[in-house]
Amino acid sequence: MSGLAGSRTSLRRRLTNLAMLGLCWLGAGLAVLPLVLVLYYVATTGLRALNLDFFTQLPRPVGEPGGGMKPAILGSLEIVGIASVLGLLVGILGGIYLAEYPNHRMVQGIQFTADVLSSVPSIVLGVVAYALLVVPMRRFSALAGGVALAFIMTPIVLRTTEEMIRLVPGSLREASLALGAPRWRTAISAVLPVARAGIVTGALLAVARVAGETAPLLFTALNNQYLNFRPDQPTASLPVQIYTYAISPYDDWHRLAWAGALVLVGLIALLSLLTRLAIRGRALE
Amino acid sequence: MKQTTAVGSPRLRSRRRHDVGDALFLRVTQAFALAMVAVVLLALGVTARSAWPAVRAFGLGFLTGSTWDPVADKFGAWPFVWGTLYSSFLALLLAVPVGVAGAIFLSELSPRWLSGPVSFLVELLAAIPSVVYGLWGLLVMVPWLRDRVQAPLNGALGNWPLFSGAPYGVSMMAAALVLAIMILPIITAVARDVLRAVPREQREAALALGSTRWETIWRAVLPFGRVGVLGAVILALGRALGETMAVTMVIGNRPEASISLLNPAYTMASVLANEYAEATGRLHVAALSGVALTLFVITFIVNGLARWLVWRVAHRAGGSR
Repeated sequence: MSGLAGSRTSLRRRLTNLAMLGLCWLGAGLAVLPLVLVLYYVATTGLRALNLDFFTQLPRPVGEPGGGMKPAILGSLEIVGIASVLGLLVGILGGIYLAEYPNHRMVQGIQFTADVLSSVPSIVLGVVAYALLVVPMRRFSALAGGVALAFIMTPIVLRTTEEMIRLVPGSLREASLALGAPRWRTAISAVLPVARAGIVTGALLAVARVAGETAPLLFTALNNQYLNFRPDQPTASLPVQIYTYAISPYDDWHRLAWAGALVLVGLIALLSLLTRLAIRGRALE
Repeated sequence: MKQTTAVGSPRLRSRRRHDVGDALFLRVTQAFALAMVAVVLLALGVTARSAWPAVRAFGLGFLTGSTWDPVADKFGAWPFVWGTLYSSFLALLLAVPVGVAGAIFLSELSPRWLSGPVSFLVELLAAIPSVVYGLWGLLVMVPWLRDRVQAPLNGALGNWPLFSGAPYGVSMMAAALVLAIMILPIITAVARDVLRAVPREQREAALALGSTRWETIWRAVLPFGRVGVLGAVILALGRALGETMAVTMVIGNRPEASISLLNPAYTMASVLANEYAEATGRLHVAALSGVALTLFVITFIVNGLARWLVWRVAHRAGGSR
C-alpha cells in the first residue's frame, strides 16, 4: 500500500508522514516510560528493604532501625474486609435489582446516583465518612475507613453486576420461567450462575481499586502504631503507613515505605492476575 | 430489554402461587439499591450542613479570598481552587499530546505482537496506587527536577514570571508532571478504543485516494473520533482534579496562587488531606467541608460533560451503522 502511494507523493508529504508517525511511536514510548521507571524503583529499592521483620514487627520509633508494618498489613485487611462486606452486599443485590427490573421508574435514578458516586474524588468520600461516622462516634475508626472505601466499591460492583446479568441470554430466563420457576428462583438458580464469573471479576477489580486508596483513610481510620482489631478504634493501613513514612525526613522510614509500596503493588498485581484468570475461565466455559 | 418484557407474560399465570417469594426478592434487592441512594443523599446533606457556617461567614468571598489562616479564623479558598485548576490544566497540556499519540500508535501503527503488551502496560499504569506515585515522585523525581531542571531553568530564565522563585523541587511543576503520568493511561486507553471504533472504510477510502498513512490518520480517522477523544480528555480532567495523594506529596503545600511553575502551591484535595484530621475549630471544619463541596461540584460538572460526550458518540455510532 505504501509503495503505491509513495511513488507519486511529494517529498514534503513523505517527510511529514515519517515525522508524524515517528512522533506517534515516541508518544507510545513516553507513555510506557514512567511505568517502567516507577516499577523499577519500587522493585529494586523495595526488595532491598524487604525482609521477614517487615511482616512480623511493629513500627519502631524514630532512630531505632528495623521494625515492620505488621499492624498496617493486618489493618488494611480489616478495613478492606469491612468495605468488601458492605460494598459487595449493596453492590451485588442492588445490581440484581437494576438488571431484573429494568422497567421500574426508579432504576434510572439509581443508575445516575451510582455514576455520580463513582466520579466523586475519593478524598471527598473521606470527608463524607467523617461527617457520617467519625463525628457522631467521636473517634476515628476502622469502621469509618471501611465505609469510606465501601463508597468507592459500591458503584463499581453495582454497575458490573448489572451489566453482567444483562448479558445473560433471555432464552435462559424464559426457559426457567416456562418450567414454572418463580422469578426469584430463576434469578438465583438460572441467571446468577451464568453471570457469576463476570460478577466475581467486577468484585475483584473493586477490591484491587480500594486496596491502594490512601486519601479517604487519612481522617477516617487514621493510623495506629500498635496492633488493633477492634473496628471502633483508629487502625493502621498499608497505604497510610507508606504515606506517613514517605513524607518523613528519615532514610530508614523511606526504606520501609519502599518495601510497603512493593508489597502493595504486588498485592494489587496479584488481584488483577486473579481477575484475568476469572475472565479466561469464563471464556473457556 | 425486549426479552425482559417478554418475561412478564408467563408470570401472569403463576402470579398467585409465587407472589410471596417474588415480592420478597423484589423488596430485598430494591432496598439495597435504594440504601445506596439514601446514604448518598444523607451524606450530601450532612456535608452541606457542616459547611454551612463557612458559607454564612464568608459568602462568595470564601471562593475568591486568598487568606487561609486557621489561627485567625479567616478562610479564603482561592489558592486551592487556583492550584487545582492550574495543576490539572498543566497536566492535560503534557498528557494529551502524548496520550493521543500513544492511542494512535496502538490503534493504527503498532505491529500486532507489540500492541498487546503495550496495552497491558498502560492498563497496569492505571492500577498503581496514587501513594506509590507520590513516593516515587517525592524521593526520585523531585530531587532530579530540582537539580537538573529547575536550577538551570531558574538560572537562565529566572526573570520570567513562569520560572521565578527558588528551585525547591517540590512545586507546581512536580505536581503537574506526576498528574500527567497518572492521567496518561486514561487518555490512551479511552482514545484507543474510540479510534478502533472508527469504521475501516474510512481509512481505506483515504488510502485509496493516495493519502499517506499520516494524512489518513489526520484527515480521516481523527476527525471521526474527535468527540470521543475529547470525552477521554475530559474524563482524565475529572480524575486530575480529584487526585490527592501524589499531588499532596510533591506540590509543596503553600497556600499561594502563583503562575510560576517553580513555586510550591496547594490544591483543594491536598488541603483536605493535610488539615481535616487535625481541624478543631468549628469554622475551620466548616471551611474544609466547603472546600470538599466545591471540589465535588466541579468534578460533578466535568464528569457530566465527559459522560454526555461519550454517550453522544456511542449513540451516533450506533445510529449510523
